[in-house]
Amino acid sequence: MTKRKETIINVACIAALLAVLFVMEQVLPPTNMIFTVLKKGAIYALVAVSMNLLNGFTGLFSLGQAGFMLLGAYTYGILTIPVEDRANVYMYYDGGIIQFVVPVMVAIVAAGIVAAIFAYLIGLPVLRLKSDYLAIATLGFAEIIRAFFQWDKLGPLTNGSNLLRSYPTFKSVLFPFIVSGVCIAIIVMLINSTYGRAFKAIRDDEIAAEAMGINLAHHKRIAFVVSSFFAGISGALLAMYQTTVQASMFKSAMTYEILLIVVIGGIGSITGSCISSFLFIALSEWLLRFLDNDTYIGNFHVPFLRAGFRMVVFSVIIMIIVLFFRKGIMGDKEFSVRGIYNFFHRKSKNGKNAGGDTK
Amino acid sequence: MDFISRNLPYLLAGISVGGQYALIAIGYTMVYGILRLINFAHGDIFMVAGLIMVYACTAMPIYIAIPIVLIATVIIGFLIERVAYKPLRQAPRMSVMISAIGVSYLLQNLALYITGGLAQQYPPIPWISDSITIFGASTKRVTVITPVLTLILVLVLVALLKYTKIGMAMRAASKDFETSQLMGIKINSVISMTFIIGSFLAAVGSLLYFTNYTGVVPTSGAMPGLKAFVAAVFGGIGSIPGAVIGAFIIGICENIIKGMGWTTFSDAFTFVLLIIILIVKPTGLFGEKATDKV
Repeated sequence: MTKRKETIINVACIAALLAVLFVMEQVLPPTNMIFTVLKKGAIYALVAVSMNLLNGFTGLFSLGQAGFMLLGAYTYGILTIPVEDRANVYMYYDGGIIQFVVPVMVAIVAAGIVAAIFAYLIGLPVLRLKSDYLAIATLGFAEIIRAFFQWDKLGPLTNGSNLLRSYPTFKSVLFPFIVSGVCIAIIVMLINSTYGRAFKAIRDDEIAAEAMGINLAHHKRIAFVVSSFFAGISGALLAMYQTTVQASMFKSAMTYEILLIVVIGGIGSITGSCISSFLFIALSEWLLRFLDNDTYIGNFHVPFLRAGFRMVVFSVIIMIIVLFFRKGIMGDKEFSVRGIYNFFHRKSKNGKNAGGDTK
Repeated sequence: MDFISRNLPYLLAGISVGGQYALIAIGYTMVYGILRLINFAHGDIFMVAGLIMVYACTAMPIYIAIPIVLIATVIIGFLIERVAYKPLRQAPRMSVMISAIGVSYLLQNLALYITGGLAQQYPPIPWISDSITIFGASTKRVTVITPVLTLILVLVLVALLKYTKIGMAMRAASKDFETSQLMGIKINSVISMTFIIGSFLAAVGSLLYFTNYTGVVPTSGAMPGLKAFVAAVFGGIGSIPGAVIGAFIIGICENIIKGMGWTTFSDAFTFVLLIIILIVKPTGLFGEKATDKV
């Protein structure tokens, strides 16, 4: 299969996916659960891939994702609340200090940039730490950022611990798909570049990588900043999806959820992260919902089923995956047109074409 | 004098909270010392101990409830190690840490399911919940008891590590995991013992900690857990006296910051302290210097 043919098939698949989404939106009522899953799934896919770039490809175990999402969400909210609504939103702070708005796309990019700047500053001290110390330090920074944004003195900017709301949001499910899709494509290109190969070398063996002439500090910083940039963008998308933003939402539990998505998908697999984020959201928001309701079969009251049981079942499933299927859905393989092609090709030629990696 | 009487309550509260953090921090530091694992579920074990106390007290008198809480928590800690960490002994460290996060998630969701998301009223424990007055500052008796009890337990633990066979095995395992196995130390029983001691101390800590608060919610273990971990890192992970001193420093500083009216930053301060210590002296106050061989 030629490279050109592969590109054509990939583009056709993406176009078909977008067309299906578009048709679905025209046909199904907008309250259908599937749209919730698709919107939230697309947003989580982006942040999961950005976390995978750090944890899976560069080997930096960072738990600061929720903090960077918070930065993105707040930047977006602060920059796009219409001027006439500001008096209402910032009612305790005389309308806040920012009295201008920027277009939505600019605000989304700004969200990423703010997160990236903070990541750069945080990275200066933190990236010198190793493995679990890095995890705890980034977790700590996420908590500090959260406390900082709820600070009363910053109220004119962040509205203290009150909600940010009435900024522009998206209606169509296509919007998060396209934004996430473009961002993930950029991450994939980065991973396939020389930088990406350097990241993988650092992951596999830091000392060997350094001996090969890779500047560790420089590459770690790039991975950290880029990952945070996209976490910021997904934070902005999450803000749009939820229509309100509050700092107390971005707890460390959120980072854990994203981490579990990455683990379920397979550490070091972009497509795995995407698949598992849709699966994760679909299970937790939709398919397991019935576990939360009291159910009667005839006169028989099904035991255990009441509010909260869904999350228990869900966390048991996660534990089973973590313990027994450590590689996750995809391992470190990628799901691709070429992979499928090679799979069938190899079967028909009976191993003649062996050695085709799924990549 | 005015200054002292104004700040004394915060100082007392700080010492008390510090003692409670110390009891949790020992669990972290011992597990980390042997397994090199941040046991993220430890804070949640602490919370579960609080919940067991709430439910035990509704069913039985308090002098039976307290031993039951201690025993049940120890069993939970033991089971978590056997089910969630033991199968991953040969796995990369990251997998074990993820498993710990998974256990923490499971315990929180389980607690949410059982309590129905409502804060559970913590029962007052007679005598230690009573109010007393020290130097004109009114406080609960638990404030005074905590540091004393903490010190006694730490001394007992240090003696245990120093003079018993299992203590010697623990010290050997934390020095060199593989070699100690070769020397005939049953590593699994050593690790189980570590978790049993850690959970026991966390249960004692929770009895003291929640007496000062009105209720237990599924997430009430997360923050004390993280702070205790910071305390363990601050004191030098693997070192028990270090963890205790770190915990007291964090407890006192946190409450003084609250006293100065910066409540928003009392949590953040802990992490600032963590980052400073990791950059200035990554092995902590009493940690041993470790060199990685290629």
